Amino acid sequence: MEIALSITDLRIDVAGSGADIVDDVNLTIAPGEVLGLVGESGSGKTTVGLAVLGHARRGVKLARGDVSIGDAAMLALGDVALRHVRGKLVSYVPQDPSTALNPALRIIKQLTEVLEFHDFGGSDTARRARVQEVMSEVLLPSTPEFMRRYPHQLSGGQQQRVGLAMAFACRPSVIVLDEPTTGLDVSTQAHVLTTIRELCHAHSVAALYVTHDLAVVANLADRVAVMYAGRIIEQGPASELFFNPAHPYTRHLIAAAPDMSTDHEMVGLRGRAPAPGRRPLGCSFAPRCELAIDQCRAEFPAEQEVAIGRLVRCIRPFEVPQRTQHMTAHSAPIAASATHALMVRDVCASYTGHEVVHNVDLHVDRGECLALVGESGSGKTTLSRSIGGLHREWTGEILLGSERLAPSARDRTTAQRLRIQYVFQNPYSSLQPRRTVGDSVARPLLIGGASRTDAARKVGEMLERVALTASYANRFPDQLSGGERQRVAIARALVSRPEVLVCDEVTSALDVLVQASIVELLGELRRDLGLAMLFVTHNLPLVASIADQIAVLADGKLVEAGPTERVLHFPEAEYTKRLIADTPQISDVS
Amino acid sequence: MSNNRGVLRFIARRLALGVLTLFVVSLVVFTATQLLPSDPAQAILGRNATTASVNALRTKLGLDHSAFYQYTHWLKGMVSGNPGDSFNAQQPILDFIGDRVVNSLFLLVLASAISIPAALWLGGYSARRRDSTFDNVTSNGMLALASLPEFVVGIILVLVFSVRIFHFLPAVSAIGIGKGPWSDMKGMVLPTATLVIGAVPYISRVVRASMIEVMESDYIEMARLKGAPEKVVLWRHALPNALGPVFQVIALNIAYFAAGVIVVEALFNYPGIGGALRDSVRVRDIPVIQFLVMVLATVYVITNLAADVATVLVTPRLRTRIQ
Amino acid sequence: MSTISSDVPGASAVPVADVEVVSRKPPGVMRVALRMWRTRIGLLIVGLLGVIALFGRYVAPYGEAEAVGLPFKPSGKTRKPTLLGSANVGHDVWSRFLYGGKPILIAAVLATLLALVLGTTVGLIAAYNRSKLDDVLMRSMDVILALPQIISALIVISMFGASTLIIILTVGLSTVPRIARVVRGAAVSVVERDFVAAAESLGESRFRILRSELLPNVSASLLVEATLRLTFGIGLISGIAFLGFTPDPGAANWGLMINENRKGLIPNHWGVTLPVIAIALLTVGTGLVGDGMSRAAAGIDRAKGDS
Repeated sequence: MEIALSITDLRIDVAGSGADIVDDVNLTIAPGEVLGLVGESGSGKTTVGLAVLGHARRGVKLARGDVSIGDAAMLALGDVALRHVRGKLVSYVPQDPSTALNPALRIIKQLTEVLEFHDFGGSDTARRARVQEVMSEVLLPSTPEFMRRYPHQLSGGQQQRVGLAMAFACRPSVIVLDEPTTGLDVSTQAHVLTTIRELCHAHSVAALYVTHDLAVVANLADRVAVMYAGRIIEQGPASELFFNPAHPYTRHLIAAAPDMSTDHEMVGLRGRAPAPGRRPLGCSFAPRCELAIDQCRAEFPAEQEVAIGRLVRCIRPFEVPQRTQHMTAHSAPIAASATHALMVRDVCASYTGHEVVHNVDLHVDRGECLALVGESGSGKTTLSRSIGGLHREWTGEILLGSERLAPSARDRTTAQRLRIQYVFQNPYSSLQPRRTVGDSVARPLLIGGASRTDAARKVGEMLERVALTASYANRFPDQLSGGERQRVAIARALVSRPEVLVCDEVTSALDVLVQASIVELLGELRRDLGLAMLFVTHNLPLVASIADQIAVLADGKLVEAGPTERVLHFPEAEYTKRLIADTPQISDVS
Repeated sequence: MSNNRGVLRFIARRLALGVLTLFVVSLVVFTATQLLPSDPAQAILGRNATTASVNALRTKLGLDHSAFYQYTHWLKGMVSGNPGDSFNAQQPILDFIGDRVVNSLFLLVLASAISIPAALWLGGYSARRRDSTFDNVTSNGMLALASLPEFVVGIILVLVFSVRIFHFLPAVSAIGIGKGPWSDMKGMVLPTATLVIGAVPYISRVVRASMIEVMESDYIEMARLKGAPEKVVLWRHALPNALGPVFQVIALNIAYFAAGVIVVEALFNYPGIGGALRDSVRVRDIPVIQFLVMVLATVYVITNLAADVATVLVTPRLRTRIQ
Repeated sequence: MSTISSDVPGASAVPVADVEVVSRKPPGVMRVALRMWRTRIGLLIVGLLGVIALFGRYVAPYGEAEAVGLPFKPSGKTRKPTLLGSANVGHDVWSRFLYGGKPILIAAVLATLLALVLGTTVGLIAAYNRSKLDDVLMRSMDVILALPQIISALIVISMFGASTLIIILTVGLSTVPRIARVVRGAAVSVVERDFVAAAESLGESRFRILRSELLPNVSASLLVEATLRLTFGIGLISGIAFLGFTPDPGAANWGLMINENRKGLIPNHWGVTLPVIAIALLTVGTGLVGDGMSRAAAGIDRAKGDS
């Protein structure tokens, strides 16, 4: 088999300390092949991606190994030689084009200069023609007006297409794509992914696609490599790997990934991957692995070929641990009463006079979960903040039980404020960093008039309820992981026993395993406490396992509402159909 | 075309804001000087003056009019280039202050012309050699210099170069009446050096920080990953993005010079507006104080305006937004 | 997002519930700064000069206005025995030096405190009320900024004289906008964070939000700025004294001493050299402390960004 890129025995260290960020990485990619490099944040996947271009960020040292692209040994090249191959032989598509495109240069300049650096085409005329060509390849207009724009005058999708155009401009043989669709809406993402796939196949480019998103990889990649704590623990053809994972970690990742098929239950995993310098002697997944035996802790398992083209670093491949049966998240709403727990009637919300939510009607009953789904800019967050009393500019009616709520939380009664609680998107910003967990969680109780001792007791109980321990009360947020912080935020929201819980994209800042365990927890709490839950998200597959009802919001209008299964499997609105079609899923793997 | 009109509109708006700021400053300064506990006429003539002569002087100075009249009269004079007479010198302010303005301006231009390029070089070089010995030594040295008040710097220079250790530079300026400051270049050395030493640490620190921030940015990494030669990375990709904050700090430092000259001129007996301001404060020569304060505030407003416009011109994101 | 997570606090392979839980307050700027040699040296210098300025007068061989001989005589040529000779009107240089720090140090500290309290209040209110009030507050701050501090100080002194109170007020008030700007700048990003919204959704009072949510999270920038302003305050107040404006023209004052004794640089330079060294050390000392704290604050912020 022809090989475009081969990585052998790559080790990358923290400069100075010598702790390994990445070690023992071996990969090959054939021309025209897309390899998905999957891992959670901190797994070292981006570091490997940059090493392919012979680049290490500040504080990082390429310690050992070989990266070969054709005749070029990327790690052995000097500065000048590296410059000649970067952008020409191997190119890079950045994660966030809004910061990776130079704000002071027009896009035509940023495109043309790549060709100039490498003297592509030999003449200015040829280069101009190539720019035109590559712009149409990435489906961007090549009018002079468009080419003269600055990056900030483009949409996110267009910016990423410019990034692709820069990468493909010199017809490289290898291309590294670093989560290029993060932050894009699903429909934009679907289009960008199609472009990537077509360009790679058409021009026989070997692509290393770095991502945390298994669903994207399932749709795009021919082969997949899974990274955990700086090691590739499993690699193989995408279809086989997703269908029958060999490594327990891969199995967990797949189990945790949201999927629209209704029999799929998201299962999370506690704990986190060990950081460089703190990795155990043996398998770095052993501390979290149900299958771990003493031998796992003795040394890191060597790579073994368990089937044709399938490599895994585990001594117990394909074994499936006995799992306790999980309860299904779907449960009938608790005895429907005459009034809904939360009712939104004819609500219009605006930003500085500009209406962004138009005449929305919703209701949630006790014990029920309503998912409010929409892409960015759909108005879903504005609506949920209006419900929470954080956004004041709205008209219409929001009823909590039978009480009409004032627009601003300040104008509501204390009882009303405590009966409706809000969990925010980003757990890194929703807890006051200079206050202990206990003080943060106790606040709603103290406002409600509880005594300090009473509050302390209830805080302890609540922390246990969200699967932390009472001793977390003494900690500060920066001592907690993202998942733990989100649990604390949930505890704070639930400690005053609210009737309505608004969850605003609560998992979007979290890694997939953590996301799954938070969703599990929320489902459990809703059942046990009989909460009416409004689950706001852009992630359609995610709602399958938690919501009873779905309301789809587009451009501020409610386009579809109904029971989860019906909406996911028999969508009526065109918008919903397109959204579902554009949403990548693991079960789509070909 | 619309681009230019947008920029012009922006400049017009900033100009209007600057004029408004100056207007408020004039109001504040005038009101403040009205609060003076003693009667200026009495103060000028001394305790022994007769009531009649005091009253005559009050009329002459326009002090018997309402405060509002006095203010509008004064403002009209300021705008039309006739700031009135000095209480103390009993002659039109412009007659004796003109030379001093030229002298101060010369000092300011000289100090800027040396300190700005020096600071740009120093800051840029430190940023490129980040964490090197050169960078560490200069940034610690700059830190110490930035903390020192300018008169302390000046005195140390005098001690070292003209009194105690070396003796080749004059401790005081000796600019002849009616002669420009360029007539005594040797005497310019220490005043200029004092201002330069005061300003360079500030500018170079901002230049360094701004340069480092840019060099750490995603788009610089991207430029390198595209195979851009280091020269192109520096001049095409980094520099335009580092200029904005630098313009701001240069403006701030010219304004700082405007204050620095007060102390430096007093220190070196340099015949500029700083010395004039100190003297008029001492004898409560209100019209001169008012005039000089307005001049200095104008310098501040103009340099800030220039910096804002320059920043907008080098930043496409701002330039297109103001359209 | 960085892939290096070596600094992630509490990162460990074991499920966290099994780890012994120790409460550890996120380290404050002060504590981090104190680990740096520059901060320690700075504090040592400031402490030393503080002791001289406040208590030096009790060990001074002569009184503040006691004549020891003719002006500008070097040590040994004075009528009464002196350590460093005599100053401009025949006072003892050493004694004048021991007396002359207090007025500057006290005024600078009080002016900075005043500016700190008012500037923080204005900055927090402006940041939290991002609307008309913010505009009005910050615009009026800009007007004050249009006059360099020394000039506004001179205007006020020209009217009310250079009493200690006036100097503290004028230096303090003209420092307010500078602190307000920094505090506002730091606080606007805090206001955007969700824990403020969380407090609002619970109906916390505005005052409590300023004090308990915003203030603790701008304290790092505030401390850095306060030290910087103290450095400038010392420079400014001694500069005003150097220009000849002091509360009591007869009293010893480092800034004034430099001015008075300039004429005698050649016969007896100590009258200038000593206060110059003192002011230089004091400002460099506070500068070092400030730099240590700003490095600490930057480090703390960086760690926050990584986690």
